[in-house]
Amino acid sequence: MTITKADIVDTVYEKVGITKREASDYVDTIFEVMKETLEEGEEIKVSGFGKFEVREKGERVGRNPRTGIEIVIPERRVLRFKVSQVLKDSINGKR
Amino acid sequence: MTKSELIELVSQRIDLPKNHAEEIVNAVFDAMSDALMEDERIEVRGFGSFSIRNYRARKGRNPRTGDEVQVAAKKSVHFKVGKELRERVDTLEGA
Repeated sequence: MTITKADIVDTVYEKVGITKREASDYVDTIFEVMKETLEEGEEIKVSGFGKFEVREKGERVGRNPRTGIEIVIPERRVLRFKVSQVLKDSINGKR
Repeated sequence: MTKSELIELVSQRIDLPKNHAEEIVNAVFDAMSDALMEDERIEVRGFGSFSIRNYRARKGRNPRTGDEVQVAAKKSVHFKVGKELRERVDTLEGA
């Protein structure tokens, strides 16, 4: 099963005494603030959940696996997520 | 950025007392952690998706001593960045 942002909004609405409309706006704001922060290249550390960090990848030569033709992959920035040990332990049934 | 800094920014953005913003931010990450503990996938459009990956038990090796060790089966969280966030983070593209 997959949960979406709408399910997260429902949970927030049930837990916190606000309207569904407010819950939806607030959840959007949280993800938007996170996106803006990562866009700036800044990492986000959410204790108990995990860490998002932006990594700079240097230029490298790649190869099309089908044709074998070499191409230059330019330098780029990618996002990496590392799950917190606390959440990892919970997922693995450890406390 | 830490979770408390995220709470601070969210409370400014939506003009909400900090303790209220804290409750909402916590509810969002709790909802996501709970879903992952239930082996559910999470999809937040524009941000990314989280899913559980199962790793089989395997024989590993202590890199220092070379001794063989048994590594137990485990689960971990995999994050795949969404298209919008991937493009926003990769500001080097076309820059």
